Amino acid sequence: MPRRDDIHKILILGAGPIVIGQACEFDYSGTQACKALREEGYEIVLVNSNPATIMTDPEFADHTYIEPLTPEFVELIIAKERPDAILPTLGGQTALNIAMQLWEKGVLQKYNVKMLGANYEVIKKAEDRECFKQAVVKCGLAVPKSGFARNMDEARQIAEEIGFPVIIRPSFTLGGTGGGFAYTAEELEEVAARGIESSMIHEVIIEESIVGWKEYELEVMRDYKDNVVIVCSIENLDPMGVHTGDSITVAPAQTLTDREYQVMRNASLAIIREIGVETGGSNIQFAVNPQDGRMVVIEMNPRVSRSSALASKATGFPIAKFAAKLAVGYSLDEIRNDITRETPASFEPTIDYCVVKIPRFTFEKFPEAKDILGVQMKSVGETMAIGRTFKEALQKGLRGLEIGHQGLDNKVDYRKISKDKLRDRLANPNASRIFYIKYALQKGWSIDEIAAVSLIDPWFLGQMKQILDLERELVETFQRVEDIPAELLRRAKEYGFSDGQLGQIMDKTEAQIRAWRKARGVIATFKLVDTCAAEFEAYTPYFYSTYETEDEVAIQIQKNQKPGEPAKKKIMILGGGPNRIGQGIEFDYCCCHASFALKEMGFDTIMVNSNPETVSTDYDISDRLYFEPLTFEDVMNVVDAEKPDGVIVQFGGQTPLNLAWKLHQAGVPIIGTSVESIDTAEDREKFSKMITRLGLLQPANGSAHSTEEAVAVARQIGYPVLARPSFVLGGRAMRIVYDEKSLLSFIDAAKEVSQGHPVLIDKFIEDAIEMDVDAVADGEDVFVAGLMEHIENAGIHSGDSACVIPPPTLSTDLVEAVKKITCQLAKELKVVGLMNIQFALKGSQIYILEVNPRASRTAPFVSKATGIPLAKIAAQVMAGKKLREFNLSYDTISRLKHFSVKESVLPFSKFSGVDIVLGPEMKSTGEVMGSGLTFGEAFAKSQISAGQNLPVEGNIFISVKDEDKRPVVMIAKKFADMGFGIVTTPGTGKVLRSFGIDVREVSRYDEGQGEGINAMTMIRERKIHLIVNTPSGERSQSDMRAIRSAAIAHDVPYVTTLQGALAAVNGIEERKKKKFTVRSLQELYRMRDA
Amino acid sequence: MKKAILFLEDGKRFYGRSLSVAGDTIGEAVFNTAMTGYQEILTDPSYAGQIVVMTYPLIGNYGVNAEDVESKKIYLQGFVVKEFCRQHSNYRANQSLIDYLDQNKIIAMEGVDTRALTRHLREAGAMKAIISTADFDEKSLQAKLAAAPSMEGSDWASKVSTDKKYVWPSPGKPRFKVAALDCGIKTNILRILGGLGCEVHVFPSKTKVEDILAVSPDGLFLSNGPGDPAAVTEVINTTSQFFGKLPVFGICLGHQMIGLALGGKTYKLKFGHHGANHPVKDTANGRIGITSQNHGFCVDVQSLNAKDVEILSVNLNDQTVEGLRHKKFPIVSFQHHPEASPGPHDAHYLFGYFIEMMKKGKRA
Repeated sequence: MPRRDDIHKILILGAGPIVIGQACEFDYSGTQACKALREEGYEIVLVNSNPATIMTDPEFADHTYIEPLTPEFVELIIAKERPDAILPTLGGQTALNIAMQLWEKGVLQKYNVKMLGANYEVIKKAEDRECFKQAVVKCGLAVPKSGFARNMDEARQIAEEIGFPVIIRPSFTLGGTGGGFAYTAEELEEVAARGIESSMIHEVIIEESIVGWKEYELEVMRDYKDNVVIVCSIENLDPMGVHTGDSITVAPAQTLTDREYQVMRNASLAIIREIGVETGGSNIQFAVNPQDGRMVVIEMNPRVSRSSALASKATGFPIAKFAAKLAVGYSLDEIRNDITRETPASFEPTIDYCVVKIPRFTFEKFPEAKDILGVQMKSVGETMAIGRTFKEALQKGLRGLEIGHQGLDNKVDYRKISKDKLRDRLANPNASRIFYIKYALQKGWSIDEIAAVSLIDPWFLGQMKQILDLERELVETFQRVEDIPAELLRRAKEYGFSDGQLGQIMDKTEAQIRAWRKARGVIATFKLVDTCAAEFEAYTPYFYSTYETEDEVAIQIQKNQKPGEPAKKKIMILGGGPNRIGQGIEFDYCCCHASFALKEMGFDTIMVNSNPETVSTDYDISDRLYFEPLTFEDVMNVVDAEKPDGVIVQFGGQTPLNLAWKLHQAGVPIIGTSVESIDTAEDREKFSKMITRLGLLQPANGSAHSTEEAVAVARQIGYPVLARPSFVLGGRAMRIVYDEKSLLSFIDAAKEVSQGHPVLIDKFIEDAIEMDVDAVADGEDVFVAGLMEHIENAGIHSGDSACVIPPPTLSTDLVEAVKKITCQLAKELKVVGLMNIQFALKGSQIYILEVNPRASRTAPFVSKATGIPLAKIAAQVMAGKKLREFNLSYDTISRLKHFSVKESVLPFSKFSGVDIVLGPEMKSTGEVMGSGLTFGEAFAKSQISAGQNLPVEGNIFISVKDEDKRPVVMIAKKFADMGFGIVTTPGTGKVLRSFGIDVREVSRYDEGQGEGINAMTMIRERKIHLIVNTPSGERSQSDMRAIRSAAIAHDVPYVTTLQGALAAVNGIEERKKKKFTVRSLQELYRMRDA
Repeated sequence: MKKAILFLEDGKRFYGRSLSVAGDTIGEAVFNTAMTGYQEILTDPSYAGQIVVMTYPLIGNYGVNAEDVESKKIYLQGFVVKEFCRQHSNYRANQSLIDYLDQNKIIAMEGVDTRALTRHLREAGAMKAIISTADFDEKSLQAKLAAAPSMEGSDWASKVSTDKKYVWPSPGKPRFKVAALDCGIKTNILRILGGLGCEVHVFPSKTKVEDILAVSPDGLFLSNGPGDPAAVTEVINTTSQFFGKLPVFGICLGHQMIGLALGGKTYKLKFGHHGANHPVKDTANGRIGITSQNHGFCVDVQSLNAKDVEILSVNLNDQTVEGLRHKKFPIVSFQHHPEASPGPHDAHYLFGYFIEMMKKGKRA
C-alpha cells in the first residue's frame, strides 16, 4: 500500500532537553522522521523544547514549536494546528508519556488526532509492567519473578516472597530514574520509597535479581502487514545489573549459538505481535543464565530508542526513517534499502565487522557521587567504534572516549593496586572496570578468576587477554621498535593498538611509531558499512578504518567520479566525539550545518565522528562519513585517504580544537581562523598582551606552574579568585576560591585535569552581569548575531546559567560598546568563522572574560532566537564566501518582537548525594528555550520546559546568605503580594519581618529534629512550592544541602541566585495573568519581518 | 600456524594462516553471510565440494557442541575466516572450533581479508579455488585447479548420500510414512518431519522406485544436497515417476530436481545465495519471511510450463523463484531452507504443505 491519504498534517513530538538517559539520539530519529515524512508530502508540525537540535531548525518542519513538552502546551498546539495524526514513537520516553497523557485526558480524541506507530493500548501494554508481563507469559516466555507495589507495605511483602536481593524499578520513567537494588530489608525501605516517588503512576516492580546474567537486546521492526525483521542483536559486556546505557555493548551478539539466537528472535517476533506495535521499531531486552541458558524477557520499548540509534549506526539500516515511512502506510518491502538501492528494506542486515559501544561518564564533575554503576543510568554520552575484530573495535572505542586512554592501556601502575581494591573494582561495576580487568590480567589473574568476580563472560576476557599477550610479546621479545617484524606490527594494528599506545609500550613517540609503520607499509585501510557483508554492491559512503589488504575508499571515489567532470573540492569536518557535560549536541548541530552549507556550495563534505547518537553520523548528512575516534592518528588516516582541500576544526567543540596544532604541523589545511589565532585566544599570556594592546579590560590575572607561584599570584590579585586549569572545556575543575586554604586544595585537585598545562588564576568580579556574544567574521567584516544577557551573575558557568536574547536590562550604549569590542577582537584575531566572547559588566566597566574563536554552545540557541543560520554562514565564510554576500544586517535582530530565554537542565537527580549548587564548573547536560512577547512569558516557558514548574499559589521557602538579605526583601514582598505564603529560616525571617512581610519561621532540618515543623518536613509533605536559597561562599555551602537535595527528590523548583528569584517572580506573574500562547518559529520570524 | 594461500581460478590470491592441518584442498569458493551457525554450516552436506568463506569475521565464539550438527561429519573442503576464536564461551560447548576442525582434518585458514575476497567473488562469481600450506607456486596451483572438476556438471549428491537405508522415527505415534531420497539431507529436516508425526525412511539417492514403494510411503521427500542438480539424472528420473502418484516435497537441491523432472531447466547463479537473511515473499498472502539459503543453482521459471506450475514465492533481492507448486499433482518445493538451521524459523510453516498433501492423499 502506498502512503496514507487520510492524513495530511502530522504532529511529531521531540524529546526535549538532553538529560542522562535521553540524548541526541532523539534528534537523530526526529530529524530522520521529519525528512522522511516531508519527502512524502505531509505537512509537519514539530514540538521540541530543545533549541540545540537539528530538527528544530525551521527548514525541517512546516511549523516548528520550541515550546514546553508538557500535555498542556502540546494541547494548545493541537488546538491551534489541528493535525490529523501524532507520531509519538520517535521522541523517546518524553514523547511517549505526553501522548499517553493526551489520550488519557481525551485531548487526542477531542481533536480527532490519530496515533501513528503505536496506539494507547499498545504503549500501555508495553510500558505497564503488569500488562507487559502478562503479554510475555501469554507468548509462552519467561519473565523474572516479580510483583508490583504501590506502597511500602506491598513492597515489603513482595520482597519477602521473592527473597533478597531484589531489583526495584519504577513504572514509566526514563533512564531507570529512581530504581535500584536492595540486598537487605533496610535498603528496600530507601530504594522502594524513592522508586514509588519517581514513578509517574507511583508504582514499582520488585523483581528477582538476575544480576550477572548475560544481557541481550534485539532491535525489531514491524510493518502493518505483520512483516517483522530483526535489525540488530546487541550483547552487553557488562552483565545484568548495570543499566544497558552504562554498559559496554557489542553488536552483533557474540556468544549465542544459532539455536539460542533463533529462540531469542522467535521470542521477539512473538512479543512485538502480542503487544501489537503496528508499525515501526521496538527493542526487546533479554537475560540469559550463563549456567543453563534459561532465558527471561526483561523489557520492551515500543518506540525508537537509544539502542535503535546505535543499531542504525552499527548496521547502516536507518530505523527511524523507516519507522516514519511505515507509520504512514508503507510496508517494509515497499521501501528500498538506500545502501544497495536494489534490495528491499524487508531483510535483516548482516555485518562483517564488530561494533563496540562504550559509555562516557562524568563522575569527575560530581565528586560526591560514587563511581558505582547500577540500574540507574549515569553516563552522559557514548562512543562507538567499528573494527574487523572485537579487539580492534574495543581499543578504538577506548581511545575514542577521550578520557586520556589511548586504547586498553595502563594509566596507573598495576603493581601498586592492592588485591582488595582490584577485587572491589572488578566486583562492583564502575566506569573504569574495563581497565581493572587488564590490571588483573597483568597481575596474573586467570580468566576464570576474573569471570568469577566480575561475572563478565569469559569470551570478552579472552579477547582482552589476547590484547595483553600481544603487548607482552612486543615488549618482551623486542628491545627496539625497529626490530619488530612488519607482520607482527600489522597484527598489533589489527588488534587496535594505536600509535601512541605502541609508543608508550616501546618507549617511542607517537610520531616515531607512525613514521616507522608507514615506512613498513602498515597503513590503515577503509571498509564500507553496507548492511549486507558485501553481498551486494553498496552506494552508501559510510566507512571505518581497519588494517586489511583492500581499501574501498579509493574504489568508491573513483566509481563516483563522472568522466569528464572535474573532481569536486573536498572539505572535512571534525565532529565532537562522545557527548559530555560541556560538549554535546550544540556542536553536532554546528557540524551538520557546516556539512549542509558546504554541500550547497558544491563541495564534497567529509564527516569524521565517533558518536552514534548524533545526526552528523547519519550516513546521508555528508558525502562521506568516517566513523572514527577523533584522535590525531585516526584523523590523519582519513586525511591520508581523502587528501581534503580544507579541514574544519572549529565546529566540534574542544575535541577537534585540541588536535588543531598537531594537524596544522602535519600539513593539514585547516580552514577558518588560523591555528595561531586559536592559540592566542587560548594562551593566557598571549591573550593578556592582546587585551592590553587593544586597550581593553580583563580581570586581573596570572598563571602558575607551581603551587608556590599560584599562592603568590592569588595574593597579588587578591581574593576571591577564579582558579582553573587551562585547555579544558566546560570549566572543568574551575572554582571560585575565597582563601588560601581553598586554593591549595584546588591545586591539588587540578593536577590530574590540567595535564601539564598551567593553572589560571583570575580576579573574580563579584556581582557583575555576565554576557555572551556570538559573532561571525570573514577576516574583513564582523557580524554580531547574538547578544545574550545572563540571568545569573558572573561566577556561574555560562553553560549552566540562563540567558536571554535580546538583553532586557542593558542600555543601548553598553550594548553598542560590547559590539564594538567584539568587532575589535574579531579583527585582531583575524577570525574567519564563528567567535564567542564572554563579558562581565560591572557598572560601566566591560571586562572580557574569555574569547573563543570557534563555535560556541550557544550558536544553535542564537540561530533559533534570531532566525539567522549562524553555523551555516560561518561554514560558508570559512570556505571563502564573504559576509556581505549574505545580506545581513543587525536590523534583523533589533527588529525581533520577542524574547528567547535559554535555560539549562541539570542532572542532579541522577547522582544522589550531590549538591545542586551552581558554580563556575559546568554541570548541566542540556538546555531548553522559551519564547514570549515579554521576558516574563519567555522565562516562565523556559522554566516549565526545564521541569521547574513555577507555582501560581502556595508557599515560597526563602533562605539566603547575609549579603542577599536586603535585596531579597523586594522579591519576598512581590511573592507575598501575589498571595504566596512566605516560609523562612530564622535569620532571613528576621530581616523580612522588619520590612513588614508576614513570614512563617521554621527551623532547618538539622536544628529542628523532633521539635515541630521544619523545612524538610514541609518539602516532603509538598507544602513548599518554590525554594529560594542562595548559598554563602565556600564556608557554609553544605549547610542547606539537605534541603536542596530534598528539593530534587520531591521535584520542588528551586533557585540558587537572586537574579533567578527575580526572574521567577516575572515568570510567575506571567503565569498567573493569562493562559499561555504558543507560537511557531516561523510565526515569530514573520512577526519580525512584518 | 603456517602461512597459507587461497588461490582462485582467475589468478587472484589471498594470504592467511592455516591452523594445524597442512596440505592442499580444492573446492568451489563461496561466501556465507550468516552471523551465527558455523557448526551447522560445517556439517551441512550441501557444502560438499566447496570452500566456504564466512563473511562474519569472528568465528568459533561459542565453540561446538554435540547437538548443533546437521550430519555426522564436516563435508566442506575448506573453511576461510578472518579470525578464529581462542576462548570460546557457551554453556553447551564441549570443544573449541579449532580442535573440532583439526579432529576432522579440515584445512582452515584465518587472517584473510574475507571482505575483499567476498567482494571479489561477488564481482567475478563463485569459482574453483585451492588452499595450500605448502605450495605457493602460481603455475603449480593453476595446474592443480585445472585438473579438478568444475561444480557445473558434477554429481556430488550421490557421493554424500547414505549407503544404506535407515529409519528416522517420529517421537510420537507416526501419522505418516515418508520416503526421503537422501542427496545430502540435513538432520534438522528429519527432526522437523519427525516432530510433525512423520516416520522417515531415508533411502540412498539411487534407490529404485520399486524399493521405495515397498515401504508404502505417504509421500516422497527430496532432500537438499550439493552440486549441480542437472547432473543428478537418476534421481530426477526416479522423481518424475512419482508425480501424480504420491505427494512430492522438495527442498533446495530437491526443489531443483523437481523443476528438472517437470521438464524445466536450471542455471548456475553468479555467486549463489548462502546466508540467513534472504527475504522471501509468499505470493499468496504477501507475507515476507526471512529465510536461510544455500544454493548455487536455480530453477529457470521461464523453462517451466505455466499451465502446470505456479510460483509460491519469490526472493525479493533478485526475484528468483523460491517456491513451486504443481497445479494438478501434489508437488510442492522450496528453494530456500524451511528447516533453517542455521537461520530464522520464519519458513517452518512450509512443511505444512507436505503434511496437507499427505493428509489429502490418505483420505483419497
